Amino acid sequence: MNSEVILSTRNLGKKYKDRWAVRNLNLEVHRGDIFGFLGPNGAGKSTTIRMVLSLVRPTEGGVELFSHNLKTHRARALRSVGGIVEKPDFYLYLSAVRNLELVGALSGGVDKKRILEVLDLVGLTGRAADKVKTYSHGMKQRLGIAQALLSDPELIVLDEPTNGLDPQGMKEVRELVLHLSRDQKKTVFLSSHLLNEIELVANRMAVINKGELVVQGDVNKLLDEGGRYVLVKGGPKSKIQAVLKKNRKIVTGFHERNGSFEVKMDFKDVPGLNKALVKAGVNVAALVPRRSLEDFFLSITETESRV
Amino acid sequence: MKPVLEFFRIVRGEMVKTFLKKRTYIGFLIILLIVPLVEVALKLEGGRFLRMSMRGIAQDFILLGNLFNGWFVGHQIMNSLWVQIPVLISFVAGDQLAGEATSGTYRLILIRPVSRTKIFFAKYFTTVLYVAIFVSFLGVLSVGLALLLLGRGDMIILQQGILVLQESDVAWRFVMAYILAAWSMTTVASIAFLMSSFVENAIGPIVGTMGVIIVLTVITVIPVETFSGIREYLFTYHMVVWQKMFMDPVPWDDIGISVLNLGGYTSATVAAAWLIFVRKDILS
Repeated sequence: MNSEVILSTRNLGKKYKDRWAVRNLNLEVHRGDIFGFLGPNGAGKSTTIRMVLSLVRPTEGGVELFSHNLKTHRARALRSVGGIVEKPDFYLYLSAVRNLELVGALSGGVDKKRILEVLDLVGLTGRAADKVKTYSHGMKQRLGIAQALLSDPELIVLDEPTNGLDPQGMKEVRELVLHLSRDQKKTVFLSSHLLNEIELVANRMAVINKGELVVQGDVNKLLDEGGRYVLVKGGPKSKIQAVLKKNRKIVTGFHERNGSFEVKMDFKDVPGLNKALVKAGVNVAALVPRRSLEDFFLSITETESRV
Repeated sequence: MKPVLEFFRIVRGEMVKTFLKKRTYIGFLIILLIVPLVEVALKLEGGRFLRMSMRGIAQDFILLGNLFNGWFVGHQIMNSLWVQIPVLISFVAGDQLAGEATSGTYRLILIRPVSRTKIFFAKYFTTVLYVAIFVSFLGVLSVGLALLLLGRGDMIILQQGILVLQESDVAWRFVMAYILAAWSMTTVASIAFLMSSFVENAIGPIVGTMGVIIVLTVITVIPVETFSGIREYLFTYHMVVWQKMFMDPVPWDDIGISVLNLGGYTSATVAAAWLIFVRKDILS
């Protein structure tokens, strides 16, 4: 993969009155990345994206896009960038085509053929002439992606693009993101609080919490660093706890959550643990090896301490 | 050349947005209803309106010819509608920026590789164009229909006495009066534009603009010594500059001062709106 950095933030910060919404944020997005930008609601994701797309002026630090300083060379910096910020809003009294013509006029001019191309890409060709006020939320979301792609940008910034979509709509967006990355060689900066969604598409990611960067890097590496564990379901709990405490050689740590036990251990030792549980008279309902980004995300954003 | 083309491409987009929006036509619709209604009513009443207006002084004059004509009524309409026109103007001008905030479309347009300054002036240009079209529409409709319904003749003006202008001397005065009216309405639109730059709903600018006009008009017309020193500097004092086109002789020096005053207010409010707009954080 090409490691050229096309989006970087340097000590980026935004203060609203007395509260820092984002502080000291240093991100690097490389060409070709699907960069997942994760954080719980209110973590500062949208504020960051607004600063990256010049909707909000940073209080400190700055943004570079394609080696252009956003503050001093705004037009050049944004020339190869498309995006959606939060929910997609349009001129509801105009058709999709008219909306895209307006967006195109602000992006150096885009011909009708390209407009129809992007509408086709998001599956809105049949409704292109209809007023946007007649669109469902999912259709508006797709139109949002169409406008982000309109000027054929190299970097596409998508702020929670699956918000409010049904599972099928979410799947379609995921597939579109993968298509854009694999087939059209786009770089995608994708924010979400739906963590599994990121896990399915991103190769690099950053996690932000309370306005500050928690971690950034390769998704697989971060997953490994986040550790693996096995979810143990069954009963009685006292017997499970006793077995886990007794088998310190294979169990490096555990804690109880929602009636189950999350057990830190190597996945190869799962059969051994199962045997020990059964032998101790535990009624084992499930042993589920887990290595998800969601758990990793929770592990670094929760304040709850582990064993 | 390229930046100019880009600017006019943006203007075109702003015009599409403005002129395909229903609210843009509310003002036109009101004018289209009220002007024919009043003019037809006046025609049906015959010259009663003129006789009522001249009550007390008519016996001192011998008036010949058709003085209750289209010019007279066109002038009366212009006088009487001038309270409502600023509301209708601010209805559209106040929506130009605040409307984008309300609908969330700032997020659509301000992430593009074009400067906010260009977008701002494209919006302002469109607003001025709207003002020009709206005032022209009012002029053509009110004077044109009045002439059609009531015919032509010398024009009688009842302001601080009676002035009769020969018909050949009237048309150009109306044209100039409407140009000056458009100029003063541009000031009103600019104030609405300023209000529109720092609020996030379109009602605020309308209420704010009317509030400013009402307060300053009260200061302008109320005969209190305290305000006498500032009165001539208020734009409301100069807003009805167009009325001076129906004086004889036309007080060009006074008109020039009014034009400069209104231009000053326009420039100041637009500059303030621009500063707010380019520095604004888009949180909607």
